Amino acid sequence: MKSLRNYIDKIKPNFEKGGKYEKFHSTFDAFETFLYVPDTVTKAGSHIRDVIDLKRTMFVVVVALLPALLFGMYNVGLQHFAAMGVADAGVMQCFWHGFVKVLPIIIVSYVVGLGIEFIFAQIRHHEVNEGFLVSGMLIPLVMPVDVPLWMVALATAFAVIIGKEVFGGTGMNVFNPALLARAFIFFAYTPYISGEKVWISGLSKGEGIVDGFSGATPLTEIANALADKASALSFSSTPIDWFLGTIPGSIGETSFIAIMIGAAILLFTGIASWRIMLSVFAGGYLMGLIFNCIGANIYMDMPAYYHLLLGGFAFGAVFMATDPVTAAQTNTGKIIYGLLIGMFAVLIRVVNPGYPEGMMLSILFMNAMAPLIDHYVVESNIRRRMKRMNVASK
Amino acid sequence: MSNKEKEPLFSAKNLKLLTGPLNQNNPITVQILGICSALAVTAKLKPAFVMALSVTVVCAFSNLIISLIRNTIPSRIRIIVQLVVVAALVILVDQILKAYVYDVSKQLSVFVGLIITNCILMGRLEAFALGNKPWQSFLDGIGNGMGYGLILIILGFFRELLGAGTLWGYRIIPQSFYEAGYVNNGMMLLPPMALILVGIIIWIHRSKNKSLCEK
Repeated sequence: MKSLRNYIDKIKPNFEKGGKYEKFHSTFDAFETFLYVPDTVTKAGSHIRDVIDLKRTMFVVVVALLPALLFGMYNVGLQHFAAMGVADAGVMQCFWHGFVKVLPIIIVSYVVGLGIEFIFAQIRHHEVNEGFLVSGMLIPLVMPVDVPLWMVALATAFAVIIGKEVFGGTGMNVFNPALLARAFIFFAYTPYISGEKVWISGLSKGEGIVDGFSGATPLTEIANALADKASALSFSSTPIDWFLGTIPGSIGETSFIAIMIGAAILLFTGIASWRIMLSVFAGGYLMGLIFNCIGANIYMDMPAYYHLLLGGFAFGAVFMATDPVTAAQTNTGKIIYGLLIGMFAVLIRVVNPGYPEGMMLSILFMNAMAPLIDHYVVESNIRRRMKRMNVASK
Repeated sequence: MSNKEKEPLFSAKNLKLLTGPLNQNNPITVQILGICSALAVTAKLKPAFVMALSVTVVCAFSNLIISLIRNTIPSRIRIIVQLVVVAALVILVDQILKAYVYDVSKQLSVFVGLIITNCILMGRLEAFALGNKPWQSFLDGIGNGMGYGLILIILGFFRELLGAGTLWGYRIIPQSFYEAGYVNNGMMLLPPMALILVGIIIWIHRSKNKSLCEK
């Protein structure tokens, strides 16, 4: 390690003002601060002393994502071998299959996203921000495993340029970049991210599938049951499966328990807001109960807690809704924001049969509304205090 | 007046009326007018072209007519007079489209009628035709129509090429591409993507023209 430090110190003058590679200063800076704690200190203004800067924050989030990622890789293999009718596939065999399938998606997401970040940092003479470390990991986790790689590349480019750079880069974005990437594929290449065939590797090509194996996610099964006007919902998996995550779905979203481990890490380190996380679940449960009261069709009669286990609800609540940049900033605002995300997600699922999963659209919609919520929270606070002041002066 | 030398038809000042709206003073990318129809009719190149042509004709002739009668219009009812002139021209254009290009007219549907409420038209009539001579007003109308049409055609070109793989209805992207895994981008056919494309055009336009950037 010492030799790496020495090497960096040796080439450093080249990248400073007047050096021959001055143009690439931000690229060098990005790598140096990624490898070592920077030795620069704030010289003016207020000093908040804390070891956790943006880079450490992002790193903790990536660590929190690891359980979902590792389980997702295992599950990709598990579902693949179940579809092929291979009964005796071991844990390592499953994991290896998933690893080979998922790794290219992760690489494409990081290479494209970071590439664009570096280019913009050079043009604008900014530092390269670390925001994409998390986005680049979130993007593969919300994709179906069979998604073509060029679509991932295009969606990532779209999300980083239109979602982030036009607003001024990391910390300025209105929408969550990872969800924007998913929304791009969802609207541009709909058949590749919805339906029954895309969630299990190899299924869309139809290689030696067991008879009667559909590959539908539980949410698709509900949509199908509604379309067939069935008299009751029937699932090919149980709530225990949903809890563990051994069901078809996007790579990282299936396992409730793996996501909860991530949530525990985020809450313990204080990086994600517990207000948002809790209120998203509360909102979803509440909306489920409201639908139970209405009970107009079999979907509305489904137990409310099913909604929290199914699809991307938990993943969105823990990793997407809590994104500090795009969420509401005030404490009251965070609760309203979270509640509405949960409620809209269930509302879209139940009422609109065209979108079996509502979490993505719900979060993106509330991202756009977050500044408005904050505005009214701040306004009402000002009004309350003005009132108190008037009463006191009388 | 009579002894003053007559200004040539295409003097530098008049030419500027024609070319200004194409670049520095574009109705869509600089004044941000007429966005509604620009998003709605540009999913294919052909309707975008026909729409551009229609708006140019209506804009030019309404400017001309209003300019001719500008000194006789009482200012309190000028808006309603402008609307009558524009509406008459739009009905003419609509009938001609129905007679000669019925399929495109069907695709444009309500948006030909809505040319009446296009902000570009009212803007030019109010800002230019009411205070300028007929020939200049006519040129200004054509210029603004072309500025609007230019953006429509750029949008229509990219949206049809990337969204459907065709141009003017003819297949451009060869079949072998699709067999190799290429897929049309369905989002290009949705109006929100047109808004994003307009944004990108504005972005590029302003980065080339620093004078347009707000402080």
